[in-house]
Amino acid sequence: MWRWLHPYAKPEATYRLNKKLLPWFAWPGVVLLAVGLVWGLVFAPADYQQGDSYRIIFIHVPSAMWAMGFYVGMAVAALIAVVWQIRTAEWALMAIAPVGAVLTFISLFTGAIWGHPMWGTWWIWDARLTSQLILLFLYLGVMALYVAFEDQRTGAKAAGILAMVGVINIPIIHYSVYWWNTLHQGSTITQMVTRLEAPTMPAEMLWPLLVNLFGFLGVCAALVIMRLNNEILRREVRRPWAIAILKGGQ
Amino acid sequence: MNPRRKRRLTMVSIILVTLAAATGLVLYALSQNIDLFYTPTELVEGKGAAQVKPEVGQRLRVGGLVVPGSVERIDDGLTIAFDLIDEGPAQITVEYTGILPDLFREGQGIVAQGELISATRIRASEVLAKHDEEYMPPELAKALKGIEHVPPANRQQEESDNGSGGYQ
Repeated sequence: MWRWLHPYAKPEATYRLNKKLLPWFAWPGVVLLAVGLVWGLVFAPADYQQGDSYRIIFIHVPSAMWAMGFYVGMAVAALIAVVWQIRTAEWALMAIAPVGAVLTFISLFTGAIWGHPMWGTWWIWDARLTSQLILLFLYLGVMALYVAFEDQRTGAKAAGILAMVGVINIPIIHYSVYWWNTLHQGSTITQMVTRLEAPTMPAEMLWPLLVNLFGFLGVCAALVIMRLNNEILRREVRRPWAIAILKGGQ
Repeated sequence: MNPRRKRRLTMVSIILVTLAAATGLVLYALSQNIDLFYTPTELVEGKGAAQVKPEVGQRLRVGGLVVPGSVERIDDGLTIAFDLIDEGPAQITVEYTGILPDLFREGQGIVAQGELISATRIRASEVLAKHDEEYMPPELAKALKGIEHVPPANRQQEESDNGSGGYQ
């Protein structure tokens, strides 16, 4: 059943697959992000309550969403790294972590900028904000553990275990606004999916948001792929296939 | 799957399930403390199965909707008082001296932090505005909800024009 996956345990196969995948994420990502940002920040209508301030949602929501999405991806890589002990998965763990950490930071930062004029405070220790901050610490913890050991594979194992344990935080972040009362509002996108009859956002705001969601995904996935390929080349620098690539061309 | 991998997978699964269960139990036990604020009904009738009521003098947060028509300036003209409700029957009063957030309006959800000075009265030191996950252009909001929002920049103009409070 998993036969088709096995070749990618070899770094060279993963490198070549990544090379093929990269343009499919990078270019659509850049284009969608450019279109979505201009559309959202300039052309989408203002909100009835918040005026133009709500526009930061076009950055805040995609970054928060993929901060969680990339964490799940990182945890899957960690599971493969710990159970099957495949080195490519260990490198993938470290390729994803900084990208996810930056996304988490962007979501917290834009949230603070949004919160100050609208709520009246930069920060409040409500369940949503606190659990998202914990996500940032988990990312930083994974990155720190990875480099904390002299033996790189021991570090990857320790970081992988932390990454997997931290997955528990993901449903907590998502449901925090429903389980407890918080200052943070509920999820616009989830509301839209679960109760189609009463959309929480009209189409002329929703489209730029969706375009931005996929733009963020494309750009961040491309960054992860590039980081992973760099790491593969760095580790395999003495192998003939890597030398051939580094000496020139494909 | 070879036995070593199987063992590692089992170990990982056991650790994850145990930790998930432990986290779930902790959060369940703490659930009332994780809530950011009391609702007016919880303040009056007590919170949770144990019906625990906060004591007078306690510092707490309360969150609810500002009752339309209840906003008034008292005494020095700087202190403002308004009523809060939620889905329940209870109604409490908040008094606050300071600058209100832009989103503060009658009918708006707010969270106030302060000291409980009687069973249904709070002297707030901070008032935060809460907004929901619905976003729409002004024209749609007017057609759908009958709400006309005056941006803060124009509000001052309007206030000086008709001399009213301008919290609608």
